[in-house]
Amino acid sequence: MENWISEKNGQSLSLREVPVLRFAELREDIVEKCRHGMRIAGFFGHREEKTLRLFIVLASDAESTLLVSSAVFSEDEKSYESLTPELPQFSMFEREFYESYGIEPLGHPWLKSVRFPHDGAIKKNEADYPFFKVGGEGIHEVGVGPVHAGVIEPGHFRFMCDGEKVIHLEIHLGYQHRGIEKLMTFPGAISGKSVLAESIAGDSVIANMMAFCAIAESGSEGTPPLRAVVIRTIAMEMERAAIHIGNLAALAGDIGYLTANAFFGATRTYVINLLLAFSGSRFGRGLIRPGGIVYDIDPEIRKAVISSLKMVKDRVILMGEQMFDFPGVLSRFQRTGVVDAATAHKIGMVGLAARASGLKTDVRSDHPSGLYRFSPLHRLSMETGDVFARAFLRYLEIKQSLDFVLEQLEELSDEGSIMKSPAPLKADSFIMSLVEGVRGEIAHFCITDSDGNISRYKIKDPSFNNWPGLAYAVRNEGISDFPLCNKSFDLSYCGFDL
Amino acid sequence: MFKFLKIRKVQGRQYIPDIRKASVNQKFRGFPLLDSSLCSSCGKCRDVCPSGAISLSPLSIDMGKCVFCGDCTQNCPHESIRFSNFHKLASDSREKLVINPGRSAENYCKNAVEAKREITKIFGRSLKLRSVSAGGCGGCELELNACGNVNFDMERFGIEIVASPRHADGVIITGPVSENMAFALEETYKAIPNPKIVIAMGACAISGGVFAQSEAINREFFSKHKVDIFVPGCPPHPLTVINGILDFLGA
Ligand code: SF4
Ligand code: SF4
Repeated sequence: MENWISEKNGQSLSLREVPVLRFAELREDIVEKCRHGMRIAGFFGHREEKTLRLFIVLASDAESTLLVSSAVFSEDEKSYESLTPELPQFSMFEREFYESYGIEPLGHPWLKSVRFPHDGAIKKNEADYPFFKVGGEGIHEVGVGPVHAGVIEPGHFRFMCDGEKVIHLEIHLGYQHRGIEKLMTFPGAISGKSVLAESIAGDSVIANMMAFCAIAESGSEGTPPLRAVVIRTIAMEMERAAIHIGNLAALAGDIGYLTANAFFGATRTYVINLLLAFSGSRFGRGLIRPGGIVYDIDPEIRKAVISSLKMVKDRVILMGEQMFDFPGVLSRFQRTGVVDAATAHKIGMVGLAARASGLKTDVRSDHPSGLYRFSPLHRLSMETGDVFARAFLRYLEIKQSLDFVLEQLEELSDEGSIMKSPAPLKADSFIMSLVEGVRGEIAHFCITDSDGNISRYKIKDPSFNNWPGLAYAVRNEGISDFPLCNKSFDLSYCGFDL
Repeated sequence: MFKFLKIRKVQGRQYIPDIRKASVNQKFRGFPLLDSSLCSSCGKCRDVCPSGAISLSPLSIDMGKCVFCGDCTQNCPHESIRFSNFHKLASDSREKLVINPGRSAENYCKNAVEAKREITKIFGRSLKLRSVSAGGCGGCELELNACGNVNFDMERFGIEIVASPRHADGVIITGPVSENMAFALEETYKAIPNPKIVIAMGACAISGGVFAQSEAINREFFSKHKVDIFVPGCPPHPLTVINGILDFLGA
């Protein structure tokens, strides 16, 4: 039997086709494959009667394929040899698997709970997981959160500082944990879970719905209709542009550049109000449902959206050119919070933050689905891996997304079918769906039982890969630059905590 | 310099001059309009509702649970449920949020939030709030942040989010309150000096929303402390938030 089965993004596999091995048989192979360019996309457990089955999904970006395998753990097997010492990108995934099922990765350098889940298998008491301590004279600790000074999601940051300088940052999350994966497995058809999927991360509603719908529609061919695919993608790139613009506003606010803060803030409003104009929600809630979309873009709205987005693009360029040319901005952005390409690769960063460090990773190009297969986007990336690179790349991506949307809208016909009810999920299957959200790779995995009901739903937000990147970026920076570094990554708490 | 002036000119005036009279786009799903004469009590709406907001015979929608997804409208064979774009949805009591057939938006809004004159007396034209995000999706936080941006600018009314509970007159809660945030929320509330108010923003905070069935949430806070303003929505529109608070202050 082969160790792996290979499939494309958005496809479903029969559970029986997924190889079942012992972890020790796979370990070497995983290390080997990851050393030769593959990376981790999924690593999560699923209980099958008496045994526990660990599913492993490796992404081969060069070949646009996903390799799937699984390892079983019998009832008395409580550990395995950790991959993290060789492959740091597995660190978070192994910690998550550990806290969920109590199977210990032996040799993991920092085995802690990642989100203190309500249904985990290990002790939930935070006091049992002390923070990493740095010794020595003059070293002091700074703790921030979970409740922050503004309107921000909760998280705790523990800094070990030497004077003003950050030696080490430990990020402690889980406060937003509300049990979404479990709720996904509650009885009922998958279409009834749409609003849950929209509530994985409130600023990535469309992207998560894209991932969710690919799963919900995996049982039928030819779903959704082409027009729905186009409008979904338009909404997704509008979401990207809007959240990026909001982020540029926030970055400007953090360095006291209030002109850009106000200007980009108002510019974001235009974009989300356009989403409202056709979906009824500023964040596109209710727009997408399994089978297609619910609200069409009629010719009149189409015209209005086109002219407004052109104006938005002019605004973005006007302010962007000024901002990224302004010495006061550059002196704060450049060489602050650097993550070099080798480190970004090693710790398994994805999405915008990885591209800012020079990695050429983008699900839209690496594992394209839907419209991206026919209208590919040029890959964008930067080299320097600092706050500047992350900010400037946002600026470039905003322009790219707006151009893409404008092009699609220009070509959009006046009408067409927008909904075709999907067939139910296939029984006993394993379905994978990867989408490039605002921050990077969003992965949804779904396992169905013999009746076609969801027995496991796994969500991986790009923040899961990238929080360690932030911790790395602030090392040796002044602690006062933390807010700026944090904003430049713009990671999600709710998407991480689930 | 020239460029800066151009930016200033292009930016123009972004603020909404009259927050009280501003309206939201026609497509916005706001106050629900129910028509029982069309309803056959088939229950299709109730079955698709993700938050259990709908009751049948008589038909009603609980705006404290509703996430305004529109799925009921899509699935009703008789068009008994419509959503108007009326956005002033806030209320000072949980019961008032239950909407029955025939209820008009104007009629609802008239006494949904009773002005608390004593509040204005104590706080004057200044209401400082501490925001606690507790287990939601971050959507409510986006809109609460938007309340302070150049368009909505709620600080012009003296309503401000402050950095310390010690500076606050109340707490605005978003999210269903996860078990992992229950302690921090309670502590934050305790740290706010008396007298203080509680605002529950969004379906999650009001009722648990789509997460109400989850074992990972802990809503003890709401059995201990009285909520002064309920702001329905998922997430609520900034105009819903600001108007609700202004009504409460009698401004
Ligand atoms: S709009 Fe409200 S009442 Fe209707 S289905 Fe959605 S949550 Fe339920
Ligand atoms: S009410 Fe809706 S928008 Fe607000 S936190 Fe809950 S799910 Fe998110």
